[in-house]
Amino acid sequence: MNWFRQPGVAAALPAAIFLLVGFAGPLLMVFGYSFMPEKTFTLDQAPTFENYISVVTDSYYISFTWSITLAILTVFLLFPICYPIAYGMAKLFGRWANLVTALIAVPLLISENIRLFGWVLVLLKNGILDGALQSLFGISVSGMLYTVPAIVLGLVYVYLPFMLFPLVIGISMIPDAVKEAAADLGANRWQVFREVELPLAMPGILIGCILTFVLVLGSLAESKILGGQAIVMIADDVESAFTFAQNWPKGSVLSVLLIVLSGLIVFTLFRRIDLDQVIGRR
Amino acid sequence: MAGASPTRLPRVLIAAWTVAVLLFLYIPMMAVVLTSFSKARYFRFPITRWTTEWYARTFESLSVRDLLWTSLSVAALVTIFSVILAFFGALAFARYDWKGRKLYQRLVLLPIFFPQAVLGLALLLWFSALGITTSWKTAVFAHMIWIVPIVILIISIQVYSFDAALEEAAFDLGASRWQVMKEITLPIMSPGIVSGGIFAFLLSWGNFPLSLFSTGADQTVPEWLYAKMVSGYTPMVPTLGSLTISGATVVLLIVYLAWVAVRARKRGRRPDRAEAP
Repeated sequence: MNWFRQPGVAAALPAAIFLLVGFAGPLLMVFGYSFMPEKTFTLDQAPTFENYISVVTDSYYISFTWSITLAILTVFLLFPICYPIAYGMAKLFGRWANLVTALIAVPLLISENIRLFGWVLVLLKNGILDGALQSLFGISVSGMLYTVPAIVLGLVYVYLPFMLFPLVIGISMIPDAVKEAAADLGANRWQVFREVELPLAMPGILIGCILTFVLVLGSLAESKILGGQAIVMIADDVESAFTFAQNWPKGSVLSVLLIVLSGLIVFTLFRRIDLDQVIGRR
Repeated sequence: MAGASPTRLPRVLIAAWTVAVLLFLYIPMMAVVLTSFSKARYFRFPITRWTTEWYARTFESLSVRDLLWTSLSVAALVTIFSVILAFFGALAFARYDWKGRKLYQRLVLLPIFFPQAVLGLALLLWFSALGITTSWKTAVFAHMIWIVPIVILIISIQVYSFDAALEEAAFDLGASRWQVMKEITLPIMSPGIVSGGIFAFLLSWGNFPLSLFSTGADQTVPEWLYAKMVSGYTPMVPTLGSLTISGATVVLLIVYLAWVAVRARKRGRRPDRAEAP
């Protein structure tokens, strides 16, 4: 076989085999379990669709709706928050851009748990915000933790870098000359933004929005730590089906639905962009 | 630079917004560090009595030592294995031209987009089906599924700027495949390998969703923190939290200083290049 002789194939093999065993294998097994009868722990039963039917007719649409709503909301909040910063990092800050990049990347390297716990301390009754407002102005804002806005704050906070960094790559793909040409030809600032910047930066914008969307869709810690019992997100349902309820087939069905939903979105994205161009700036 | 570049006001606004968002990013870390010095058993703000007592207790605690040791072992092994796999993976991703590369690029990045909690649960099923008892060793495997693709991405960025002619020149001058790897490829890719390694270490050190389902009876620091946050709160939570925050900061500072030193030495060695117009 000639194909195996290529150096690229040899270099790809170790990681490919590893991911085949550690990623494709487990996912196929989850897929298999989703067709097993309820509360069974082996894969040798007669396949059935009953889990899919019971999940669709049960109240799981509520947690799916919450996850999708929060994912869309987070994307719509993060895009305007990040765009000016990304623009600054790609075009204005010059040598300071490296420092800004580092300062945004550092929190990523600290456990999400600890950072969310920090927000708990801020939002808690008699916590930092409430306590400060009470002692300074005598106002109490004690009911902020364990609400949907607190979850949204956590999601915006945790996933900000995942929107920002792709946007920086996207915006740095816009050649300055094109913008100048548009301005010279009489386009105003809004027109330059809409007709020139947005289309040219689109690969980065798409990656940022879709990465954020998919990550929020599968998120667990934010709604648990900051939301308490306020709402249940879909990853939460998956977890309790596998752990407390010990119902692997049901957990598998929910996982499969989540995987298919995110997978469809990611594959649509991959079809529209060239990774060599985005990552390698070719 | 003149002409279409934005006028002064938007620049100032963008800079101010950036600073504001950066401050926002550091609010929770400051909150954790502040709280760790509070004497009260249950946190109240403003803090009236300060103490470092909880630090002393944390340092003495044997269970904390176990946690740190588990987290360190996992992160160290993840770093070594991930960098080795990702080094070759990145060559296939960005350096060589081969049939199937585009498909490989897409498939290898999929785990990054994947919900980690679901991946952790799927792995739990997988391990139990294969008859493997979960422990910190299976956590190494679980972390790598997510971290290897990230390190491949980081090293690939370095590989894209790699001039293939250098390798070819070395081959033409009679170097063996191994010599080319050692003398040309590795040194050129070393910045990407180092930053990939740092990311691998710290991402593994801080990971929670994958550890939760893959460590079995062992426990990492983020798992312990979560368990104590949910029930059985102790002031050691903010204390251990701020210790890991300062640990990560120290690692990054050392790396940054080393990087500055290396750059300064390179400049000193080749003054002709630094001063070239």
